[in-house]
Amino acid sequence: MDSNIIIKLNKVNFYYGQSRALTDINMNFIKNKVSALIGPSGCGKSTLLRLLNRMNDLIDGTRVEGEILFEDKNIYAKDVDPVEIRRKIGMVFQKPNPFPKTIYNNIAYGPKLTSMNTGDLDTLVEQSLKQAVLWDEVKDILNKSAMNLSGGQQQRLCIARALAMKPDILLMDEPTSALDPISTAKIEELIEELKKNYTIIIVTHNMQQAARISDETAFFYLGNLIEYNKTEKIFTNPDVKHTEDYITGRFG
Amino acid sequence: MKSFKNNSMKWRYFKQHLFFGAVRLSALVIALALGGILFYIIVNGIGAISWDFITKPPTDSMTKGGIMPAILGTIYLTIGAIAIGLPLGIASAIYLTEYAKQGRVIRLIKVGINCLAGVPSVVFGLFGLGFFVIFLKFGSSILSGSLTLGFLILPTIIGAAEEALKAVPQTFREASLSLGVSKWQTIYRIVLPNAMPGILTGSILGIGRAAGETAPIMFTAAAYFTAKLPGSIFDEVMALPYHIYVLATAGTNIEATRPIQFGTVLVLVGVVLSIDLIAIIIRSYMRKNKGW
Repeated sequence: MDSNIIIKLNKVNFYYGQSRALTDINMNFIKNKVSALIGPSGCGKSTLLRLLNRMNDLIDGTRVEGEILFEDKNIYAKDVDPVEIRRKIGMVFQKPNPFPKTIYNNIAYGPKLTSMNTGDLDTLVEQSLKQAVLWDEVKDILNKSAMNLSGGQQQRLCIARALAMKPDILLMDEPTSALDPISTAKIEELIEELKKNYTIIIVTHNMQQAARISDETAFFYLGNLIEYNKTEKIFTNPDVKHTEDYITGRFG
Repeated sequence: MKSFKNNSMKWRYFKQHLFFGAVRLSALVIALALGGILFYIIVNGIGAISWDFITKPPTDSMTKGGIMPAILGTIYLTIGAIAIGLPLGIASAIYLTEYAKQGRVIRLIKVGINCLAGVPSVVFGLFGLGFFVIFLKFGSSILSGSLTLGFLILPTIIGAAEEALKAVPQTFREASLSLGVSKWQTIYRIVLPNAMPGILTGSILGIGRAAGETAPIMFTAAAYFTAKLPGSIFDEVMALPYHIYVLATAGTNIEATRPIQFGTVLVLVGVVLSIDLIAIIIRSYMRKNKGW
């Protein structure tokens, strides 16, 4: 496998019960890049994202065909523990979902329970919050409940919480859709910064956002991968007419 | 046209007042019934209450003296019932809501639990007699009585725990699992602490039932009379509900002990309310840490 490729999907099909949500997806995600998944509601982009860290396992009656290779190993192989996968592939959700704990304990929760060799926990918490550009805002209130933070701060806390696990990949499922424009701008800046050290795969409904922050863009429609290309190419001169129609707002 | 409109409005207001009045009345009737019972118990029972009544054993064939052994017995039995019913109930609810694949088997189990809730308490008493007292040879004892009461309140606790677990937002589970935390750790560290206040609310109902039931303990734990205090969980105890039953139906002098009967009822209500109060205090302490 090409050393720049971190995740490789081979003929992936996904079913919710009888209905097929993803059809024959073949694609590669490249290391230390931001890849955006776009497409209208119900096109399968979030489903695909949640396949990558086996979060769809939580839904009864789902089925995966094909293989998803992460570091050359199929993460759906029988001997793979999904818990191990999720330690390496972190996730940030659509709505900020901090635990009803203190800010400090939100960050420390994962490393503590997974008995990660973290060294000093205080240092890790500080590091993670700094990476998520939240440290200056919360350094004096680490022992206050995370529930008192604003929505944008909560989302950055969730990013810090995921980063504390030192994952290889960060999956983001419409991370700014519940936030105001200023908080959104902060998160976008943060993504720009994070891609130096992490591979980021982001689902977004906002096409300007995909154009602004991503290196690669994949356009999905009705469970099919229509086009996957450099973001610049997708937004200026896409290969497929369908992509162009969607991007220019002719449908969707 | 205008007058028609006005009439129709008036009619609708009238209907609204009528229904509001009806629901207000129902609430009032319930409050009155509850207040009436409490008032009746207090008026008739307060005369019997004294320091000696609460701290001394009965004397003169239970026509005089106090009811201390029965108070302690009821407290022991209630705590025993909670100690058995709460962990078992929470564990069952965790299995049913978090682990089990939803399907026919689970539906059947849930129907079974609901049936259990409808089983008359005397049947639990007979089951306790046959299984704990005779078959397992625990004898008539605190242990047998606590086990029987524990099973009696199990459906209440399972029901409350299921609801409380379901009320914990799915996003908490997702967030925890996405960090590579295992399912059991997620339940233990995130789901359960957030469900605990709700579970305790349901348990309060169970506590009242465990403390007040007579039938389940009359074959399994309750002594007609014993002045000595229990030394181990294999000893028989007196218990308030059974003591009331004995005094009111089989005492040596039923009429003369009326004030003691009412006094005992009042103490029973007091004991139940105090145990509830402790549960409520624990619950509000747990709720303080909850921010959603």
